[in-house]
Amino acid sequence: MKVSYYPGCTLKTKAKHLEDSALASLAALGVEIRELPRWNCCGAVHSLADDDLIHHVAPVRDLIRAKDEGSERLVTLCSMCYNTLARANLLMRNDEVKRKTINDFMTEESDYQGEVEVEHLIPFLRDVIGWDNLRAKIKVPLTGMKIASYYGCTLVRPQNVAIEPVAGKIMNEFVEALGAEPIDFSANTLCCGSYQVLAHPDSVADVVGRIIESASRAGADALILSCPLCEYNLLKKQEELLEKQKIGRRMPVFYFSQLLAMALGLGPESYRPDMSDAASVEFLKSKNFSVESAAVQA
Amino acid sequence: MAIEISEKTIKHEFIDRINELSGQDIYKCFQCGTCGGACPMSGQMEILPRKIMRMLQLGMAEHISELETGWECASCHSCSVNCPRGIDLARVMEAVRLLILRKNINKIEPSRLAEAVVRELPQIALVAGFRKLTS
Repeated sequence: MKVSYYPGCTLKTKAKHLEDSALASLAALGVEIRELPRWNCCGAVHSLADDDLIHHVAPVRDLIRAKDEGSERLVTLCSMCYNTLARANLLMRNDEVKRKTINDFMTEESDYQGEVEVEHLIPFLRDVIGWDNLRAKIKVPLTGMKIASYYGCTLVRPQNVAIEPVAGKIMNEFVEALGAEPIDFSANTLCCGSYQVLAHPDSVADVVGRIIESASRAGADALILSCPLCEYNLLKKQEELLEKQKIGRRMPVFYFSQLLAMALGLGPESYRPDMSDAASVEFLKSKNFSVESAAVQA
Repeated sequence: MAIEISEKTIKHEFIDRINELSGQDIYKCFQCGTCGGACPMSGQMEILPRKIMRMLQLGMAEHISELETGWECASCHSCSVNCPRGIDLARVMEAVRLLILRKNINKIEPSRLAEAVVRELPQIALVAGFRKLTS
């Protein structure tokens, strides 16, 4: 089975620690995914207006690239890219009229009918590697770490692209496979405010406070996620909230793949503590993980 | 302030346009308020989505265009997945925004964002924000 990999813009810069840790982990697990030789920004959000087809062109073009590579699957790491690509894919698969319009418009590309499966890395790990296999390959079990999995919105909404019908199972299984203790918390799918950080930063701070407090009250040591925008909002707004004493303490935040790389026994050049914030680095130190990264340039 | 609502004030073409753009039937809404309860941004909203739905049903085009609610929406679909009437409110809010954006009115001005903010934000924040909040 041939699997293509779509990184998306943010993973090449601000979220390099998401990409580096995930790719190094997959290599250690013996799974090969190949980055699309050509790709463009997916557009980050799905167009919701019935007459707006032009904004579907970008994600569909990426899907066509995967199909032209002969891939059956396109794996993503970024939650927003996953959501945008998966929804564009369903549109091409299910809406005959819009499919024809989009295909006719992209005269220079091969016709596309939704042949490729878009998959996020978390279900991919479960389905292709399996939790038991993953457990067998863990070299440094994350024993004693209490990890809250934050899904946000784009992994679970709308329902037709949700990575599981009711959020809370798959990421807990992942955490358990790493040897850590999964922590359930009520705000695990509460949106962090997303791009509203541009227009309504205070509303974003308000909702981030609710997410952090919810995870904190549930007893989490740290939080994991897979969206670079959630990561930014959760880290940035915690600074403000702590200053205003609206949260009790800073919650360390990691990409799920950083913990995966750590548990697989990979070095800091893979889990990239140099790209994490100070509170998260302190947490790693307290758990005896090396944070001395050999200067890796992003 | 008193708001006059009568046969004369109801903008039917506005209602039709919202339904057409969103692919939804706004008359399905029966005002239960589940959308506002599920909305992550509702804590800071002056007018909750439920009220917007009622104002849409009454064709109050001008009033709606002056409200902030549609611009506070993060398109997270919490309202949509919880609506007992099956209305995809995220699509309705997009239609409300688009009717303004398509008059070449931007909610945020990219050129006026502070350089430090632009430098710091992940690309997906900028791309998503510009897609939803600029024309």
